Amino acid sequence: MDLTVADKAVNVGTGGRDHTGGVPVVLLHGAGMDRTVWQFQARALASHGYDVYAVDLPGHGASAGPPPADIEGYADWLVGFIDAAGIDRAVLVGHSMGSLIALDVAARHPDRVLALVLLGVAAEMPVHPDLLAAASADDHRAFELVASWSHAKAAHAGHHPTPGLWMMGSSLRLLERSAPGVLHNDLAACDRFGDAAERAAAITVPTLLLLGEHDLMTRPAAARPLAEAIARSRVQVVPGTGHMLMVEAPDAVIDAIVAFVDPVTGGSGAA
Amino acid sequence: MVDPGFLHFDTLELHAGQRPDVEFGARAVPIYQTTSYVFGDVERAAGLFNLERQGHIYSRISNPTVAVLEERIAALEGGVGAVATASGQASLVLAITTLMGQGAHIVSSASIYGGSRNLFTHTLPRLAGITTTFVDPRDPEAFAAAITDDTRLVFGETLGNPGLEVMDVPEIATVAHDRGIPLMIDNTFATPYLFRPFDRGADLVMHSATKFLGGHGVAIGGVLVDGGTFDWAASGRFPTMTEPYESYHGLRFVEEFGTQAFLMRARVEGLRDLGATMAPQTAFYLLQGVETLTVRMQRHVDNTRAVVAFLVDAPEVAWVSYPELADHPDHDLAKRLLPKGAGAILSFGIRGGRDAGRRFIERLRIFSHLANVGDARSLVIHPASTTHATMSAAELEAVGIGEDLIRLSIGLEDPRDLVADLRQALRASQRG
Ligand SMILES: Cc1ncc(COP(=O)(O)O)c(C=O)c1O
Repeated sequence: MDLTVADKAVNVGTGGRDHTGGVPVVLLHGAGMDRTVWQFQARALASHGYDVYAVDLPGHGASAGPPPADIEGYADWLVGFIDAAGIDRAVLVGHSMGSLIALDVAARHPDRVLALVLLGVAAEMPVHPDLLAAASADDHRAFELVASWSHAKAAHAGHHPTPGLWMMGSSLRLLERSAPGVLHNDLAACDRFGDAAERAAAITVPTLLLLGEHDLMTRPAAARPLAEAIARSRVQVVPGTGHMLMVEAPDAVIDAIVAFVDPVTGGSGAA
Repeated sequence: MVDPGFLHFDTLELHAGQRPDVEFGARAVPIYQTTSYVFGDVERAAGLFNLERQGHIYSRISNPTVAVLEERIAALEGGVGAVATASGQASLVLAITTLMGQGAHIVSSASIYGGSRNLFTHTLPRLAGITTTFVDPRDPEAFAAAITDDTRLVFGETLGNPGLEVMDVPEIATVAHDRGIPLMIDNTFATPYLFRPFDRGADLVMHSATKFLGGHGVAIGGVLVDGGTFDWAASGRFPTMTEPYESYHGLRFVEEFGTQAFLMRARVEGLRDLGATMAPQTAFYLLQGVETLTVRMQRHVDNTRAVVAFLVDAPEVAWVSYPELADHPDHDLAKRLLPKGAGAILSFGIRGGRDAGRRFIERLRIFSHLANVGDARSLVIHPASTTHATMSAAELEAVGIGEDLIRLSIGLEDPRDLVADLRQALRASQRG
């Protein structure tokens, strides 16, 4: 489905089903990626009865750019998106940079958010200076570093639950598709966002922190200040996974989202 | 700059796609000899059928042993994934049926495996009105000139057959991409150890895994790999990728699966409907070969170089064709694209023509006379007295096969024994 936010086209995946008036669930990808990181979750959540909005953030995938320069800019855009989609309150599911965007919206616009699911999240996301430098130079090495560090070591040998898919190659190819400068824009935005725990203190909605046991980019321990700051938060660690847990363990992530969101929204079809 | 720390090629040969079996800790890849898989609850079963849950349904569509091979070859080629098929031929058919329909057009190198040529020349036109224009693999402009509005694929082999033309993959990829068409490379003769087409601009790769990947000459199989590089939506010529597919509730593959659109369609439509699936036992055999690909291919190449060096000086030999030789037309290209070696297949001309060729073949003791390449054993064929025996000398010349042409596929034997075998058979060949 296509929407327009601030006169710019936004590409949205709906998980292969038309919306039916279910609970709106907005899926927010991470730095330099696009909606397809949620390919299995989007379809499963749509089948479950939610109205799925797997967005390509501005300047990513098939959405018009440029990307906002900071997390607050992305958050403002997201509020505009929720307006444009005619949504009153949505469940926000964000990964990595997407989790910071979701967090910022929930902190500043609690009336627009039903619940939060934050994957691969940390109170602070400082980016390795070599990675920032490579991304700034649009050096292919930046894609390689993100692809490598985003997967648990075990995932480097693959064994994907979806037959025949090679995760490392897929992540690399996805990042290579990003327009020049986009990965650096996003990483710099994460790096600059600073301490999210302070802002998180304002969050009142039920929040699930869904973490990869072996996440090297946002270590599970680095999410602890958020768990402490957010009053109604819960932490769940997905065993064996890294930062790309929705890719590394799609089923476990689907189950975790449904198990958390259904009770707090009164079930998928009940909105 | 920090190193990304990816696993390297030789490690992936042994580990990609597999973790030790959780139930019994089996270290080797187990053979999952089963047709079907228990679903668990009904919602999960529905999710599997709707491509939202992970796992296997029925072994025509996927199987855990076969999946290890698929991931492993995808890893070695540097793609996003792969689908294994019942044969190399089936991989080519699967790629074509996934990409195009009635009335489409293919531009292919003229120097390809005879089975591929038959498919293009006779079967595809009859079944689907899909036509192919064959062009000189050494002429990028001929590829460009042959592309029409109906073209949906540009195709060639890394190393042509039997002329061993080296495909200028970067150049031809540019030609194809300029017109919004993907380039598919049959990488059978090179294997990813010698050449990785995706690194040089190709979009799809197929293998007859029957050959060097398996390496033992015990199993027929194919693998179709997607590089995940081609932008189906931007091209606008691939409705199978971009338009709703009624058989999956209007699924649009690119919208849902992005870089994996092609593979998902190839599996859930192509394997499901056409059924040219690899058996788990076959995948197991082929995996045994892939595990040693590096050491085998290096030995294949080393032996080939030893044989080439002998043949170049043999008085009974009129000419030798191998891309590493200075007089091969693609010598420079081979140096650039195939620095580790130009494969293990070569051809030469024997003095004395068709009769000498026949005597030579009959006198060989170690080389096996048969219609295959890429076996651990050395192989030989004399097209003029076998596969092309019904053709006149003039007809043979027209397809680039001289009466004197002998093709060798060099195996893993001690090179001294190979040279000795060739020497005695060459001598005998001249005693009419
Ligand atoms: C280059 C090449 N491609 C494809 C094939 C077909 O493969 P298969 O025999 O596994 O079907 C062959 C078989 O000889 C081949 O040599």
